[in-house]
Amino acid sequence: MRTDFWKHSTAVLAAVVIAACGGGGDAGGEAGDETAGEEAAAARVDPATVGTISGVINFAGTPPAATAIDMSDESTCAEAYPDGPMTQEVVARDGRLANVFVRLTEGVSGAPAPSGSVNLDQENCRYHPHVLGVQANQDLVISNSDDLLHNINASPTQNRGFNISQPRAGIESTQRFSVPEVMIPVRCDVHGWMQAYIGVVEHPYFATSAEDGTFTIENVPAGDYTLEAWHEEYGTMTANVTVTAQGTAEVAFDYSADMAGADVPLAEPLVIRHGEHGIEVERGTLNAGAGR
Amino acid sequence: MSARLLRGWGTVVLIGLGSAAAVAAQDAEAGRALYDRWCAECHGADGAGDGSAAASMLPRPRDFTQARYQIRTTGSGQLPTDQDLMRVLAEGLPGTTMPGWPNLSQQQYRDLIAHLKSYSRFFGQGPAPEPMDFGSDPGGGEAALEAGRAAYITLECERCHGQAGRGDGTSAPTLEDWRGHPVRAADLTEAWLLNGGSGVEAIHTRVLTGLDGTPMPAAIDAMNSGVVSPEEVWQLAHYVASLGPRQAPRVRDVVRVGRVEPGALPSDGSDEAWAEAEASYFPLAGQVIEAPRNFAPTVDGVWVQGLHDGTDLALRVRWNDPSRSPDPGWDEWQQKILATLDLDGATPPEGRPADALALQFPFRPPESTERPYFLMGSSRDPVYLWTWDSEDGVGEARARGLGSLEPLSGEVTGEATWAEGRWTLVIRRPVAAEEDRLAFVEGTPLPVAFFAWDGSSGETGTRGAVSSWYYVLLERPASSAVVVTPLIAVLLTAAFGLVLVRRAQGRERAGTQE
Repeated sequence: MRTDFWKHSTAVLAAVVIAACGGGGDAGGEAGDETAGEEAAAARVDPATVGTISGVINFAGTPPAATAIDMSDESTCAEAYPDGPMTQEVVARDGRLANVFVRLTEGVSGAPAPSGSVNLDQENCRYHPHVLGVQANQDLVISNSDDLLHNINASPTQNRGFNISQPRAGIESTQRFSVPEVMIPVRCDVHGWMQAYIGVVEHPYFATSAEDGTFTIENVPAGDYTLEAWHEEYGTMTANVTVTAQGTAEVAFDYSADMAGADVPLAEPLVIRHGEHGIEVERGTLNAGAGR
Repeated sequence: MSARLLRGWGTVVLIGLGSAAAVAAQDAEAGRALYDRWCAECHGADGAGDGSAAASMLPRPRDFTQARYQIRTTGSGQLPTDQDLMRVLAEGLPGTTMPGWPNLSQQQYRDLIAHLKSYSRFFGQGPAPEPMDFGSDPGGGEAALEAGRAAYITLECERCHGQAGRGDGTSAPTLEDWRGHPVRAADLTEAWLLNGGSGVEAIHTRVLTGLDGTPMPAAIDAMNSGVVSPEEVWQLAHYVASLGPRQAPRVRDVVRVGRVEPGALPSDGSDEAWAEAEASYFPLAGQVIEAPRNFAPTVDGVWVQGLHDGTDLALRVRWNDPSRSPDPGWDEWQQKILATLDLDGATPPEGRPADALALQFPFRPPESTERPYFLMGSSRDPVYLWTWDSEDGVGEARARGLGSLEPLSGEVTGEATWAEGRWTLVIRRPVAAEEDRLAFVEGTPLPVAFFAWDGSSGETGTRGAVSSWYYVLLERPASSAVVVTPLIAVLLTAAFGLVLVRRAQGRERAGTQE
């Protein structure tokens, strides 16, 4: 994708000037804030016009055996797992798959502004939940229930990352992601096994499959949509779904054990290249494999 | 200290910038020319940190496309200020392969910064980044250091940096940067190698802003939650700054080996006698001359002390290495290093290599300034080595060039201990030697050089760290002769002078009488 050199470079360079003249007043705030506000006004929905998506993530085949985590350096956490702490890349039981992030990707026009906040907790040296969604510009409240050091190291590519330490129980950090990005890996460097994924979506129509493989997305305006499912080991799948007013649309995704090793996409960084014909913007290739 | 200076620089930049985009466009274009010439080989033609030299480097060169900068005065997740970027350009990043570029003009800095920013769209969004409010330093002192140590424990810095600060914490072997490359917890006792600078203010800033893209988190929320007070964060900075010298130790050319009473040589590395012995620091660098080379060595220097009693010579060598190889706890680290670093054609070592050290001497005292080739000699001019590794202990060897170690039976003895990220090796041998070995002669400086390998980072063979030639000098006995000889000389001179004077006077008298 090549863009007009002057259009692009002027924008970039104007920004450089703004940034360089630091302190010279507000440059207009985060673009995302304004967008969310406008969309909220445009998309105030009548309950009579919305329906529900009720789905299930099926899983065929034998899930890989979870492996033991060595938590011996962290006995207070290890004690919380009577059978020993195990990895949780694949949580599948009775033919159902948990921790699949599902969201509408096409067909959404306008979205309510985010309300309330989403919580990501650290308890017994694990993230709860392991996979979660948040709306762009919604408050993500990260809390620590363990009375020991965790750091929350988020590595997005479309948003700004951060890395915050929480050395005691009770500390809370509030963060926001301004643009959609599926998924953002989050890691604790003190405890290498701690990994979470955050999906940032422009609208509130997303869910994560529960232990029994089910998920529900409510208050979806009637219409035709594409639904995308994402799993850290098995990659993405899409399905079409039609939501009717006050109806419940049923949808199922069929994952299987032989999809292991699939290309699991994380958002790719936009790379600005200084080519012979001016500045080009490309989707870069980032070898940050999901689900290590 | 430099903050004021930098603010001054920043002002110069801002005045010069003007507001017209056209001016900035010229800046970025001129910056690109500078970048292509000086920066692209490491940082890549597209600023993605993937230049042709990048694969041999750890840490890797910055990827500008993500605008994820470690050294900032802004909060975690925020963009750096122009002054932040300027400082890194001018001063470089100690402990990494990024050199300082102090001789660029103000215009060139401006051009380069404009160009670097053009690699990321993040710089086009939102208001200009502002430095955090860091408050002011309430000062150091004994009590502050104690409180700082307490804050170090409260914030659990030792998890990665270790109890003594040498980067040997329990989480250290699993650390990686945002691209999955292994990354070291900083050795806080070698502050001159901290990439953000060694001063109290710099350390304080790093604690509160974190080093984005690395595992080093920002402690700002911990402070704002009252886990530590703002004052305690300053005290922590004072404590960290107190863990080692701020400047790189001055390199003396000679290990001065003091003489002790016969039989009083220390038997191990913890003997109190070592406290009295002068310590000399010798920097080590990666072996980058003969393939396979090593551009990212673990060991960056050795501290050497020596004592002798006229019969035996003992050298104590100490060096920082966060891993006590072989250690299964570092297996994952070793695998990541071998998978990440360009091994320059080396075969990845099997299993868990040991840590190792070698002291290199010539076989006989050089008759001129000519010494054997510093990289383990040559076929014509071999070198004599005292070797140690963490599995087989000490030994002697001959080498005729890198990688041609030939064990010799010998008389060296010694042992090493590892504690809190540091090896302490004491190695000794009789001063005298058979015809085919180097004998140590009091008062004669003899060449010595050092080699070190970190097994857990897969360093073996030619892929180690090396020093150039220095000297070891056994001091003459501080016996009565040292004091008496000059005294006798003085007395003799005086007596001789007296005789001369008397004679002259006698002759004068005689002359007068004549």
